[in-house]
Amino acid sequence: MTKRDYSLLGPDGARAVATGLAAAEWYHTEVPRKEMKALMQRSDAPAIRDTLLLYGLMIAFAGIGIYLWPSWYSAPFWLAYGVLYGSASDSRWHECGHGTAFKTPWMNNVVFEIASFMIMRNSATWRWSHARHHTDTYIVGRDPEIAIMRPVVFAKVIAGFFGLPDVAAFLPRMLYNAFVGVHPTEKTFVPESEWPKVVRVARISTAIYGATIALALGMGSILPLMVIGLPRLYGAWHHVMTGLLQHGGLADNVIDHRLNSRTVYMNPVSRFIYWNMNYHVEHHMFPMVPYHALPRLHAAIKHDLPAPNTSIAQAFGEMWPALRRQLASEDYFLKRSLPATAKPYREDFHLAALGAAATAAE
Amino acid sequence: MTQWIDACATDDIDAEDLIRFDHAGATYAIYHAPDGKFYATAGKCTHEEVHLADGLVMDYVIECPKHNGQFDYRTGEAKRAPVCINLKTYPVKVEGARVFIQVS
Repeated sequence: MTKRDYSLLGPDGARAVATGLAAAEWYHTEVPRKEMKALMQRSDAPAIRDTLLLYGLMIAFAGIGIYLWPSWYSAPFWLAYGVLYGSASDSRWHECGHGTAFKTPWMNNVVFEIASFMIMRNSATWRWSHARHHTDTYIVGRDPEIAIMRPVVFAKVIAGFFGLPDVAAFLPRMLYNAFVGVHPTEKTFVPESEWPKVVRVARISTAIYGATIALALGMGSILPLMVIGLPRLYGAWHHVMTGLLQHGGLADNVIDHRLNSRTVYMNPVSRFIYWNMNYHVEHHMFPMVPYHALPRLHAAIKHDLPAPNTSIAQAFGEMWPALRRQLASEDYFLKRSLPATAKPYREDFHLAALGAAATAAE
Repeated sequence: MTQWIDACATDDIDAEDLIRFDHAGATYAIYHAPDGKFYATAGKCTHEEVHLADGLVMDYVIECPKHNGQFDYRTGEAKRAPVCINLKTYPVKVEGARVFIQVS
């Protein structure tokens, strides 16, 4: 059994660079250029519609929550507000970070900064970490966004549904960035020219949280924190639920997204919150395709992909036992069958990962 | 020494699109701008060596297919993270129905 070292400064990362696994050329399904160009086309309209709906709902839910505070009747409105603040912000951060949500660059940037603040990610740092995630998806020691490290610590996963590990990691890092500077691990993927921005963003966030806490203390109430900050805890569950499914239980150290990413059919509400990132194989294979075109991309390439999971529950039913088996064997993973119309996995590319464990898992 | 290389026909590239052109071990990207002019740059993104030919041309911007970094392909200027280093550009001329690029 291989013991994984997820540190970005550790031996696994160095080995990935030495063997050519890092920054490799990944498999992608062939799509005619004309069709791909049509899929990649940008538009402001869908994201403006969705953003107005999102912010409108947030204002309405928070407004009713404040009006009914401190009655327990306010609870459902806080729960709804929390999911939009603490989960929808994840997908908005993601899509606007790619620059694909809107056609107009400043719109992407404004929503990206707001979403980064709400999801508690330094916008300057995380833009770069996500670039690395796309370069080296689930390459151990290279990808800074591996959500489930093997062997999984289930208590941490459960705590993640309440945002606890993320917030516990964010707050000291925000203060470090604000008062000390860029952390050594961040320097491995953030270019030096961006370091001042990392510090500036951290200082702005620190000031906003400081003002919110001061207001709460002044009012003798946690109400201000119910609006800013705490929703990242009580509303995190949806983005954790969907995020775990992106890669959980699948292969690592491979260069074919069909092996390490998962597409899941989801209900319309979850797809609105998640901005269609349930089409995750498609997104990783073609990150230039905006969220609103992912269903069309899925239709165009599904002949070459493993069958999607049919629901969130069905996907968890597949993933959870695999995570449990990884407690006994870190090398175990789910290798989904491909349809007869698909190009087969390149076993020679993935020999290290697709060993005996893969055969047993199929 | 510089030389003009016959790269492609003008109608090989749709308007607001690009193609890849390989020559003497180097790879280039040739663009057909919305105003009808042609431009040429290095073929790979300065961020992580990804071929730009699979990217998206929007007006005078080429977006890298891997990380969505953007360049102005007329000047090579890096316009959007994660690209920070400008893209090398090459002179282009059109003679008849052929596009030539000047390489060294």
